[in-house]
Amino acid sequence: MSERSLRGKAAIIGVGETKYYKRGQSPDTEFKLALEAILTACEDAGISPKEIEGFSAFSNESSNPNRMATALGLPELKFSAMAWSGGGGGGSAAAASAAAGIAGGMADVVVVFRSLTQGAQRLGGAGYAGSVSTDAHYRTSYGVISPAQQYVMRVVRYMHDHGIGQEALRAIAMASYHHAQTNPDAVMYGKPLTAEAYDASRWIVEPFHLYDCCMENDGAAAYVMVSAERAKTAKRKPVYLLGAAQGSEFRNQAAALNAPLLGSAGFTTVAPRLYEMAKVRPQDLDVIQVYENFTGGVLLAMAEHGLFKPEEANAVLTLENLTVGGRLPLNTSGGNLAHCYMHGMEHHIEAVRQLRGEARNQVAGAKRALVVSGPMVSPTSSMILGSEEAL
Amino acid sequence: MSDAPAPRVSTTHYLPGAPAPVRPEPELDAPYWEGTRRHRLLVQRCRQCRTWQWGPEWICHNCLSADLAWTEISQEGVIYSYERVWHPVSPALKEQTPYVAVLVELPEAGGIRMIGNLLGDSKAEVRIGDKVRAVFEPHDEGEEPYTLVQWERV
Repeated sequence: MSERSLRGKAAIIGVGETKYYKRGQSPDTEFKLALEAILTACEDAGISPKEIEGFSAFSNESSNPNRMATALGLPELKFSAMAWSGGGGGGSAAAASAAAGIAGGMADVVVVFRSLTQGAQRLGGAGYAGSVSTDAHYRTSYGVISPAQQYVMRVVRYMHDHGIGQEALRAIAMASYHHAQTNPDAVMYGKPLTAEAYDASRWIVEPFHLYDCCMENDGAAAYVMVSAERAKTAKRKPVYLLGAAQGSEFRNQAAALNAPLLGSAGFTTVAPRLYEMAKVRPQDLDVIQVYENFTGGVLLAMAEHGLFKPEEANAVLTLENLTVGGRLPLNTSGGNLAHCYMHGMEHHIEAVRQLRGEARNQVAGAKRALVVSGPMVSPTSSMILGSEEAL
Repeated sequence: MSDAPAPRVSTTHYLPGAPAPVRPEPELDAPYWEGTRRHRLLVQRCRQCRTWQWGPEWICHNCLSADLAWTEISQEGVIYSYERVWHPVSPALKEQTPYVAVLVELPEAGGIRMIGNLLGDSKAEVRIGDKVRAVFEPHDEGEEPYTLVQWERV
């Protein structure tokens, strides 16, 4: 029996983004933004938008594939997929679904996309459930309402268990801001973050300062995925999916924070499957993109992906190690904290640019990139992308 | 529980203005909420395999039996995790910050956990592992009275 794997079966051949706005400042609707990102991705790929055969998205994406196919005048829609999960947990799973659809012969050209406008419905606010959650009645009367308030208990326990200090979180925040200063497309371009400013910033919920929490933005991002066969003749350098995994641990979302393994971002079972499919080891990775809902989630997710042992976190998580030229270049476009909170899609696109060799903050010779989607939400997902040399 | 100390009851509300619990599936956890009105903590335990279960489900997650007993448990636990909230996401809580929420582990009930607030000085140090006991906080106003379960250091 042949090995069942997505490794090398599909490739990203074009990426597209709208301008990224501060929350509530987009003049356009989510649908119009999505359309613009998709058209831009097709132009980058050198294909006609009429060649799109399917769509894959995640979270509470509102731009549905019927209207998109109608607006683009697609001759035929062959594939649509939606990854379950609140927040950004489904990002890599959306890529995996697209690749699975392609590998399974259902479609040859699938667009992965996300569009967001947060003027009306703020993801960080009180009205957002934060996940596929039904336990609000055990939390909200005690003031455990927003995503930060829900997830921080996991981080507090983890930092307690492993003796991890505030400086580790600060380094993660500063790495994103550092990279955004050389990315003119970043929302926080021209707004550097010093250690002093981080320390002096207000608490949201301890140990999360203001800068430990993601922005809320408007915009859209998309990319075109095709079969490996078709990628051979692509205009741009193809970036291959080496592996992807989605999931959740045993009773991870048991109500009222009753997950047996509470101090977890949810990757303890996902990461081993990811590395197995990708045939990659943690030390083979050249660049790391980890979804920052909160810096604490990045800490847990990096450790669970084997990038360091929890007891090494204080030593490893330094600005020097986490920036380009360091041991673990992290969120090299500025990520959710300082580039744009596009539900992690800006991480996917940055990974593609790194592997094409055209990133603003290029890691020299990058061949393998890790993309980790929403930590601490469930089901969550992660993937490894690679250049042709990594196949 | 005959030798258990008398339940502690609070006459004030720790977070005035916090939203009342909105239960999506009232049939599922009615015994818990009825229990708190009587100053008792009741959670699920499987009659078949003796597994403790919280939050409530329709079946036992271990043996999948529907034969679940609502079982009264000790009102003492230990702090498993906590948070001190400074930014109120609800305008009604603007005057209440900082406030402290705790996740309390109940070792005598299979290590299940409950979320509540930690009564007392909200700026004082909170230590994981500290012992706490339940304090019932009745909300008798409104059409559907309910009682919250808060915690105080022992």
